Amino acid sequence: MEADSRQTVPEVESDSKGRAHQSSPPKGVGAGRSLFDKRIMADAAVEGLKKFDPRVQVKNPVMFVVVVGTVVTLAESVAHPSVFSWSITVWLALTVYFANFAEAVAEGRGKAQADTLRRLRVETEARRLRPDGAEERVSAAELSRGDKVVCEAGDYVPSDGEIIEGVASVDESAITGESAPVIRESGGDRSAVTGGTRVLSDRIVVEITAERGKTFLDRMINLVEGAERQKTPNEVALTILLAALTIVFLPVVVVLKPFATFAGASVSVVVLVALLVCLIPTTIGALLSAIGIAGMDRLVQRNVLAMSGRAVEAAGDVATLLLDKTGTITLGNRMASTFIPVAGHSEEELAGAAQLASLADETPEGRSIVVLAKQRFNLRERELGSRRVFVPFSAQTRMSGLDIDGRQIRKGAAEALKRWVLEQGGSAPDDLDGVVEKVAKGGSTPLVVADGSEILGVIELKDVVKEGIKERFDQMRAIGIRTVMITGDNPLTAAAIAQEAGVDDFLAEATPEAKMNLIKAEQEGGKLVAMTGDGTNDAPALAQADVGVAMNTGTTAAKEAGNMVDLDSNPTKLIEIVEIGKQLLMTRGALTTFSIANDVAKYFAIIPALFVVSYPQLKTLNIMRLHSPQTAILSAVIFNALVIVALIPLALRGVRFRPAGATSILRRNVLVYGVGGVVAPFIFIKLIDLAVTATGVFH
Amino acid sequence: MAFFWTVVALVVALAVVWRLLGAYMVSVYEGRCAWLGIFERRIYRLMGVNADSEQTWQRYGVSLTAFSGVVLLIGYGLLRLQGSLPLDPQHLGAVGPAVSFNTIVSFVTNTNWQAYSGETTMSYLSQMGTLALQNFLSAAVGMAVAVALIRGFSRKGSKTIGNFWVDLVRGTLYILAPIAVIAAIVFVAQGAVETLAGPATVSDAINHVTQVIPRGPVASQEAIKQLGTNGGGFFNANGADPFENPTGLTNFLSILLILSIPVALTYTFGKMVGSVRQGVAVLAAMTIIFGAWLAIATVAEHQPNPAVAAAGLTAQPAGNMEGKEVRFGDTTSALYGVASTQTSTGSADSTYDSYTPMGGFAMLSGMMLGEVSPGGVGSGLYTILLFAIVTVFIGGLMIGRTPEYLGKKIQAREVKLASLGVLVMPLTVLVLAGIAVAVPAGRAGPLNAGPHGFTEILYAFTSAANNNGSAFGGIAANTRFYEITTAVAMLLGRFGVIIPVLALAGSLAVKEYVAESVGTFRTDKAIFVGLLLGVVFIVGALTFFPAVSLGPIVEQLSHGKFF
Repeated sequence: MEADSRQTVPEVESDSKGRAHQSSPPKGVGAGRSLFDKRIMADAAVEGLKKFDPRVQVKNPVMFVVVVGTVVTLAESVAHPSVFSWSITVWLALTVYFANFAEAVAEGRGKAQADTLRRLRVETEARRLRPDGAEERVSAAELSRGDKVVCEAGDYVPSDGEIIEGVASVDESAITGESAPVIRESGGDRSAVTGGTRVLSDRIVVEITAERGKTFLDRMINLVEGAERQKTPNEVALTILLAALTIVFLPVVVVLKPFATFAGASVSVVVLVALLVCLIPTTIGALLSAIGIAGMDRLVQRNVLAMSGRAVEAAGDVATLLLDKTGTITLGNRMASTFIPVAGHSEEELAGAAQLASLADETPEGRSIVVLAKQRFNLRERELGSRRVFVPFSAQTRMSGLDIDGRQIRKGAAEALKRWVLEQGGSAPDDLDGVVEKVAKGGSTPLVVADGSEILGVIELKDVVKEGIKERFDQMRAIGIRTVMITGDNPLTAAAIAQEAGVDDFLAEATPEAKMNLIKAEQEGGKLVAMTGDGTNDAPALAQADVGVAMNTGTTAAKEAGNMVDLDSNPTKLIEIVEIGKQLLMTRGALTTFSIANDVAKYFAIIPALFVVSYPQLKTLNIMRLHSPQTAILSAVIFNALVIVALIPLALRGVRFRPAGATSILRRNVLVYGVGGVVAPFIFIKLIDLAVTATGVFH
Repeated sequence: MAFFWTVVALVVALAVVWRLLGAYMVSVYEGRCAWLGIFERRIYRLMGVNADSEQTWQRYGVSLTAFSGVVLLIGYGLLRLQGSLPLDPQHLGAVGPAVSFNTIVSFVTNTNWQAYSGETTMSYLSQMGTLALQNFLSAAVGMAVAVALIRGFSRKGSKTIGNFWVDLVRGTLYILAPIAVIAAIVFVAQGAVETLAGPATVSDAINHVTQVIPRGPVASQEAIKQLGTNGGGFFNANGADPFENPTGLTNFLSILLILSIPVALTYTFGKMVGSVRQGVAVLAAMTIIFGAWLAIATVAEHQPNPAVAAAGLTAQPAGNMEGKEVRFGDTTSALYGVASTQTSTGSADSTYDSYTPMGGFAMLSGMMLGEVSPGGVGSGLYTILLFAIVTVFIGGLMIGRTPEYLGKKIQAREVKLASLGVLVMPLTVLVLAGIAVAVPAGRAGPLNAGPHGFTEILYAFTSAANNNGSAFGGIAANTRFYEITTAVAMLLGRFGVIIPVLALAGSLAVKEYVAESVGTFRTDKAIFVGLLLGVVFIVGALTFFPAVSLGPIVEQLSHGKFF
């Protein structure tokens, strides 16, 4: 338990020991280079050239039109060379190159991470157990499902599996980045081991559960590398819209030829291609795949592996978050906070007995009682004589304690202790029920302490709600997400904690079935549900939820049922996943709006330039006062290319996410990317025109 | 000032119509209205329709297309055989094949583009039995499609979107027919002609001239022409003819009838999807476009004619009165024009060819925005809902959610169908106008040269593809080239949108609802209206800016120069 209870919640959280935690620097797979690492940029610069391959280009309808347009202007430039047509050709080619480059940069970090992981997938030797019990040494690559292997201190676990025998501490830092070893043991929910991790102590027997080439590590490599990247549903829909916007501009531009002839003007093919490229949504077309890849990458940086892009998008749509109380909303363990004596006993008397009863109790709750007694009354852990008998907790008696010097000290649930004192010939004091109820109503757990037939009082075990969690839930509420706390506690306790933590609802005395029913009920109402889980009994619910985040510490069943795995095993991360999902869609929407809004200025640059010879009146439309038709058209094309480069950082980082209602987010984004998208090109095309004119090459 | 009060009266009247007619249409299409049940049941029996059976979108679409095809063929036959049929007091004889084809396509598609002159081409039987009948049926078809799309939003997990035959019959019987009857009576009372007695012969003894004045069942046709946003006049002069539009009251009533159903359908829409506010949002967008374009048109037409001024004449009336009826005046004519061009009606009480460049631009560009302000009966609503889907898609992405509209997720299929429906019209207009200016037969059409001639061609295809039918004028529409090409434009502009809309209805009806939260993009708020307007304007501007800049914009910047 201890090794697994690490909490690495960024910024606002503190871990189970109350230490303030760092704002999680990237670790494990997330430990990558910075966004604009020099080597990644250099690789991407080369990769961008390779992507001119028509087989790559044809996948992106918008950019494919630019490629075809470039070929056309190239042919024209060769046939009728001029500085102008060559300049247009070069800048069109650069437009394609910038798009390729953007995608390559986005892929670059994933590639670097995949290389690191590949080095992990060293050709380990496995010690396979033959049916007769003898060991044989085989290559890890030869292992198949169902094989049993032995791992001892220093061995690498050869493939994914379940421990069927033994317990060991395992270094999983290669995958999770967390240097502290974790305990893995057979049986229960901590029995899964991952290929590529290293056993530090003891000996375990592992039954291999992964097929060759389909281990967790293999999946991770594919994932970060983007090899399995498929377009997400919204991306497909957006691609259709962009294709439609591209198709409609073809006739718009083509018919300008006869329109111009009718008006007595002649329009060159180069100019028409330039206009077409400026009008079709190249900005978003160029950055669309980079946005998707970068979105997945942002998850990986937070040590979350999404099994599909669809899951990431679904995260943005989540309406209900199911959060386990323990570890997510409250710190993992309950802590003793007060001693409340009853029937005239003193607090110190109660604290002393409570400490004695807890001396042998190694649970975090037990330790906290000892510590509290020490703090409050300076009671030391005493040397105990040999005539002591520890009474361990059992599910039947529901209490634990110590027999010492003829005293029988017990602590436990109120009902159990009342029964105990009756059996001892005593009786429960009148004020006990009141105290117990008050503590329970406050969201704490009452532990009753008795010395023989005498009930001394109640220890309040407080569930400590994580610092900052309430604000987090307020943010969730602001963006329209309902939080539901899941707990095994009784409704009274659950209600109190729910109120303190500020969740919208809770499910008390939760069973796996109740959890499942809750998910189904929410989904019936048209809501998308996200949840985290780690146990095998969570698996059906994880599979049913729209976004199921399995903890890496969890069982194989849980990991396979969910559509994301959190390598940090930090349930609070669900909140960040939702934000990343939203940010991904927002970035696409914002850049689409920006791209389309840009067209207004481009029209004002190009249309007067096209027709000013036959209709000098149209110079009125040249509101940017661009130098000449040639500089105007070239400036629009250059702007169109450079804006891609300028927006690469935004595409990779994503637009800023603020927890706010839909209307205020929309208002802001429309203002920035819509209105900004209309205004910005007027300014920059004018500046580019000044620069182009200054070269003196164009008349 | 009179104009101001006209607008106020119109707004008040429309507000009442919006609420009452809107609610009435809900009860009609939800099948709760049964006061004409006797007729309704007889019609079903006659047609062999089971009124209780519902159709999938495919069946609905097949029924609609088959129905349109059959009435098109019958109508074509009737026009061609006109000479052998009764009720032809002027012995006009058969209508030519190309003009028959163009005309019947025009009336079946609710366009009412007229490549003929009514009084010298169509017998009373053709006017009443073919053209006026189509005025009812094509309007009912448009409304049926709109209602089918509304059902797509309001139903969940449903494979069916209603029954085309039931929607067609109910729309005609309960909505169009009763209102048209009442309106026709008002028109007759105001002096519109209504007779089967044939033309009147008037002899002027002093000048020794004998005139034949065509007459006919005009008032009855006038009512449905406006109510069904059809627009095809009995006479060539359309709403400018005193036999069709005798008084200021009928002029006002015409405008009111034109706007009634398209405006009221937004209430029907809101009510049927469970939130009248949704309908109000759509209506707000429609109203803003209408208001802005009305402002452009009235300001432009209230200027002195720039061409007259350029010619050096200083004494001219306050407004541009060329091509306008003095009894209606410049601003009210512009109001009629805006109402007619933005609703796919196309009737006119003045000549747009004689408008100032910006006045003409207002008529032309109002159609180019896709006829959504408020658009034709049914077609206005379903077209603006296509724009709304594109809007929520972009807006939805910007707030970080899978886009949804009225609780339905908007995904790849919906985006595909909405894009298709939105882009069919501009593609049709541009390609056909491109062909027209490129081939001699097309170039022979316009009566003017330069930008004005270009506008005449562009206007013809914009009017046809939007199923508007209004004529800019100044173009020889009765040539083989324009008769065929405008018919193609009308068919594409009608069925090229209806089929995607029905597919969309089918796709939406199957979907389950998505629950609403504060994270949902609210489509009943001002920001949605703003964004919807942005999408409508940007799509219109991006597709038509180059073309418009070569037409009315050049002309405007030429300050009264003739072409």
